[in-house]
Amino acid sequence: MEGNMNLSLKVWRQSNKDTAGGFENYNLDSVSPDMSFLEMFDVLNEKLVVEGKEPIAFDHDCREGICGSCAMYINGRPHGPLKGVTTCQLHMRSFNDGDTIVVEPWRAKAFPVLKDLVVDRDAFDRIMSSGGFISVNTGNAQDANSLPVPKEAADDAFSAAACIACGACVAACKNASAMLFVSAKISQLALLPQGQAERSIRAEKMVAQMDAEGFGACTNTGACSAECPKEISMSNIARMNREYIGAKFSSTAV
Amino acid sequence: MSWFSQTLTSSIGKKLLMALTGLFLITFLVIHAGINAMIFYNDGGETFTHWGHFMGTNPIIRTLEIGLVAGFLIHIIDGLLLWKTNNDARPVNYAVNNPSANSTWYSRSMGLLGTLLLIFLVIHTAHFWIPNRSNQFATGEELNLYQMMLDLFKNIWVVLIYVAGCFSLYWHLLHGFASAFQTLGWNHVKYNRFVSLIGVTYSIVIPLLFALMPISIYFGWVQ
Ligand code: HEM
Ligand code: FES
Repeated sequence: MEGNMNLSLKVWRQSNKDTAGGFENYNLDSVSPDMSFLEMFDVLNEKLVVEGKEPIAFDHDCREGICGSCAMYINGRPHGPLKGVTTCQLHMRSFNDGDTIVVEPWRAKAFPVLKDLVVDRDAFDRIMSSGGFISVNTGNAQDANSLPVPKEAADDAFSAAACIACGACVAACKNASAMLFVSAKISQLALLPQGQAERSIRAEKMVAQMDAEGFGACTNTGACSAECPKEISMSNIARMNREYIGAKFSSTAV
Repeated sequence: MSWFSQTLTSSIGKKLLMALTGLFLITFLVIHAGINAMIFYNDGGETFTHWGHFMGTNPIIRTLEIGLVAGFLIHIIDGLLLWKTNNDARPVNYAVNNPSANSTWYSRSMGLLGTLLLIFLVIHTAHFWIPNRSNQFATGEELNLYQMMLDLFKNIWVVLIYVAGCFSLYWHLLHGFASAFQTLGWNHVKYNRFVSLIGVTYSIVIPLLFALMPISIYFGWVQ
């Protein structure tokens, strides 16, 4: 069709956690500019299946930019060249006919590659279960108006809660630091009245778990926020630092 | 581990120490640059030597100097520890990477710039501070630092090393100054622009002032 593209793809292939991987080259003809990046991968995988080859493993679920599954490091950037989008929301019109596109998995000690482009992001879940929640006894829901929330706090908490835990911040950071993710989760609860009860222990535990998982520290380069599909602000990291330092020096948990 | 050492060895704690010692070194450099700038009176080193004598002999300043050495050591050791942690966090690098799309090269090169500063610091203390303090210990007399400067900066290579040191400082602080505020949690819509304005101004003025010293002596503008 008119305007369709011929592309060369260089994709990371790795059969499992314990084997060494490497790049494979693929040529894909007649790619529609209206396809999403993941649909382009579907077409490639169908072709591989027809050829009797192993399709490329990649994570995906919602395909509408809300689940955070679709981790791909495309031409040197998480989720490719656009700002504020996930891979599933990236379309082939962002590329040109004849382009070579290099696709790698997220690279971090805490995110081991499981297969091809799929990495294990359980480290994020372990950080969440260490303190990213509020404890509420069951019973009747109370009247919503009994917990006044200032509009600014609600807005800031909502912006932090937009984090979809995709891991692009870790992938982009030169230190593979998870601080944008952890700070968004800490902020979201620290800003709301429901989060106050466990506020300081939450900061202490989530940061301790983050460190134990082997993520790096923050150098404030801002790469995380620049690459974040939800454009989470660096001000959350400053808030996390305040929460953590304040908790460490004032809480009675020793 | 006690809660205190646990805090200071955590990722955020290490950064806290970097930021506090970094800001402390920034304060020190204002005084250092201010006193050295007395050479621009071009009075044969009279004003400079007067203040140099005060800084080198006043008991309060000499006590604070211990804090300065400690500040440098903590900043350097902690910086190198962070560099290691941060490198270890990504054992396999990307084959294709385009970090310039999301961050400045100097913000990603704090460890490298810091190491250049460390090399410069060794050369620089070997030129002035170490010989002067050893002589004070041995004989109680101070050395003629002004004359030592005039002699040393006749050598173009020494001048170039000093200018390179100033460039490293410029880039280190261009990121480091505002970064320290962010680390301390001082990120506020009302003050962020002010902090980066002061940071950029500081990063230009102080290294420029330092660089002008060897250059002016080399070209004979200061005698
Ligand atoms: C007079 C000299 C120096 C001054 C004024 C200075 C100042 C600073 C400041 C303000 C920061 C930012 C702290 C933050 O981001 O929270 C910083 C970071 C840093 N400095 Fe220095 N510094 C100096 C010398 C050195 C030296 C000699 C080293 C040697 C290794 C060094 C290594 C580092 C490193 C690695 C960082 C980045 C840490 C990170 O965020 O990952 N600095 N410095
Ligand atoms: S597949 Fe859900 S965000 Fe991309």
